[in-house]
Amino acid sequence: MAIGTKKERIDSLAESTADDSGVSLAASAWKRLRRSPVFLFGSFIIIAFIIIAIIAPWIAPHDPSARDLADQVIKARNQIPEPQPGHPLGGDLQGRDFLSRLLVGAQQTLLVGVFATLIGLVGGLALGTLAGAFGGWVDSLVMRIVDVMLSIPQLLLAFGIGALFAKPNLFTVILAVSIVQIPVFARLLRGSMLAQRGSDHVLAATSLGVKPGAIVFRHMLPNSLGPVIVQSTLVLATSIIDAAALSFLGLGNPDDRIPEWGQMLGGAQTVIDTHPQLAFWPAGCIIAIALGFTLVGESLRDALDPKNRR
Amino acid sequence: MLRYTVRRLIQLLGVVLVLSLLVFAWLRALPGGPASALLGDRGTDESRAALEKQLGLDQPIFIQYFKFLGRALTGDFGNSTGVQPGDSVVDIFVQRFPATLELSIFAIILAVVVGIPLGYVAAKRRGTWFDNLSVGGSLIGVAVPVFFLAFVLKEVLASKLGLPSVGRQDAIGATRVTGFFVLDGLITQEWDAAWNALKHLFLPAAALATIPFAVIFRITRAAVLDVMDEDYVRTAEAKGLTAPLVRRRHVLRNAMLPVVTTIGLQIGALLAGAVLTEKVFAFPGVGEALALGFERRDYPVLQMLIMVAAIVYVVVNLLVDLSYALIDPRIRTR
Repeated sequence: MAIGTKKERIDSLAESTADDSGVSLAASAWKRLRRSPVFLFGSFIIIAFIIIAIIAPWIAPHDPSARDLADQVIKARNQIPEPQPGHPLGGDLQGRDFLSRLLVGAQQTLLVGVFATLIGLVGGLALGTLAGAFGGWVDSLVMRIVDVMLSIPQLLLAFGIGALFAKPNLFTVILAVSIVQIPVFARLLRGSMLAQRGSDHVLAATSLGVKPGAIVFRHMLPNSLGPVIVQSTLVLATSIIDAAALSFLGLGNPDDRIPEWGQMLGGAQTVIDTHPQLAFWPAGCIIAIALGFTLVGESLRDALDPKNRR
Repeated sequence: MLRYTVRRLIQLLGVVLVLSLLVFAWLRALPGGPASALLGDRGTDESRAALEKQLGLDQPIFIQYFKFLGRALTGDFGNSTGVQPGDSVVDIFVQRFPATLELSIFAIILAVVVGIPLGYVAAKRRGTWFDNLSVGGSLIGVAVPVFFLAFVLKEVLASKLGLPSVGRQDAIGATRVTGFFVLDGLITQEWDAAWNALKHLFLPAAALATIPFAVIFRITRAAVLDVMDEDYVRTAEAKGLTAPLVRRRHVLRNAMLPVVTTIGLQIGALLAGAVLTEKVFAFPGVGEALALGFERRDYPVLQMLIMVAAIVYVVVNLLVDLSYALIDPRIRTR
C-alpha cells in the first residue's frame, strides 16, 4: 500500500533511520506481505487450487474421461445428464461426470499457466539479458524485434500464432500464449539491467576485475528479479484466460479426454443458452484462479516497491 | 516538436515494414506452405502447383516478398477463402470497419466516462468501503474472460433490459451514408434507426469496455493518489484556492498523464477484445471477420486484418506520445 499522507511518510522516514539492522528488500517486503490481507487472500485461493489439483485423482468421484452417463445424452433433444445421486453436477455433453472433470481440470489448467509463464520468462530472460547486459548494436537489434512484437495487440498475436498450427494440441496452445509474453519480459529485464549498468555496485564489481559474465548473472540479474516475479504472477493469470480465448475461437486443444477449464468453457459456447452450468462452473474456476494470481501479483508489486519500504 | 514528430513518423515506417515482413513470413510458416493453406482441404497436387505458379510461389523468396509489398501498396490483398468466399479482402475490411470503429469508440467512451470519475473518487476516499469495493471489482473485472462476460450480458441482461442480444440482424437499418450505423441514422434524421443501432451497440460495448475500464480506473486512482501528495497541491490549498480549482488545475491535469497513455494502449488493444465480443454478439464488424477467419483458416483475411490491427495500434501509440508532448511541456523541449 502506498503511504498516504505526508505526515505518515515523515514518520516512516524517521522510523527507518532508527532501524539500523540493514534489512534486505526481500526481508522487508516479506514483513509487509505477511500483514497484507490482499496477499493472504490471493495465496489462499492459489494454494487451495494447487491442493485440489494434487489430490484431484483421489477426490474425483469418477473417471473424468469415462462416459458413464452416455445413455442419458440425447443429442436430438439437446439433453444432457441431470444432477443425480453420485453425480452432484450431472454430466457434460459426452455424458462424462462434470464434477470429476472440474476437479481434474485444475491440473491441466495450472499446467498451461505454469508452462506458458516459464517459456515466456525464459525467452524474455535470454533476450532481455542479452540486450541489457551488452548494450550497443545487440541491444538495438533485440529491442527492435521486441518492439515490433509489442506492436501487435498481445491477444491477437496469440491468436495468430495459434492459427499457424493445422492440428492444434496442448503444446501449441501453451506456445501461443507464452510467445506473446516473451517481449514483455525482455523489455522489463532490459530496462532494469540498463538502469543498473551505470550504477555503483556494477562499477565496483567491474573495477575489482569481476568477469562480465559474473557481473551479469551475480550482480545485475538478482537485482532485476523483483519486477520479473511480479510480472510472472500476473502472466500466470493472463495465460490461463488467453488459453480459454483460444479454445473459444477453435484454436484450442481439440482432444478433451483430459479436461482443462478453458477448453470446457470454449466447448460450452454452443449450448450456453440451454445448459449454462456447463459454462458457469469452468468460468467460475478460471475467474477465481486468475483473481488469486492477480491479487498476489499486485500485493507483491506493492511490497517490492522501494517507495513503500519502511 | 516538429523534429520529434518527423523522427517518430520515420520510426513508424520502419515498424510497418518489419511488420509486413513478419506477416509475410507468418503465411509462409504455415504447414504445407501458403498454397495448401489457401486451398484448404479441397487442394489437389495439381491445383496446388497451379496456384503456386499463379501466386509466384515458385520464385525466390525475396522476389516474392517485394511482389507482396507491391501488391499491398496498391491495395491488393487477395480474396477471402472462408469468411465471405470470393470477396476481395479489402472490400470486406471497408464494409466492416465502420461497425467496429463505432463499437470501439462507444466502448472506450464508456470506459473513460465511468473509469476516470470512479478512480478519482476512490482515490479521494482511499481506504473506505467505496474504495475497497471498486478496487476489488476492477481486479475481478480483469480476471473474467471477455467472451464469457459477453455471454452473460447476452443471456442474462439482454432480455431483462429489453435490449437486442445479437448484432444487427434485426436492425431497422438507416439509409447508408457513411457506413457508421448510428451516425447514418442521425445524418438522415431517421431517429428510430439511430436509436435501434445504439441499442444494438450497448451490450457488446459494455462487454468490450470492462478491461479498459478496469485498467483506466486503477491507473487514475493511483495517479490521483500520487499527485494529491505533492507539495504543489498542498501549496495551492494553503494559498486558499477553492477545492474545484485545485482539483481541476493541479490534481487532475497532472494525474492525467499516465491515464492518457493507458487510454491509448487500451484503444489499440480493443481489436483483440472485439474479436471475442463481436463473435458472441454476431456483430458484423472486423472482429467477427477475424474470428471467422481463425475458425475457417481464411489466411488472406487474417493476413490483412492482423496487419491493419497492428498498424492501428502503432499509430494510436504515436498519437498518444504526441499528445503527451502537448499535455506535458517538459517533453516538448527535449
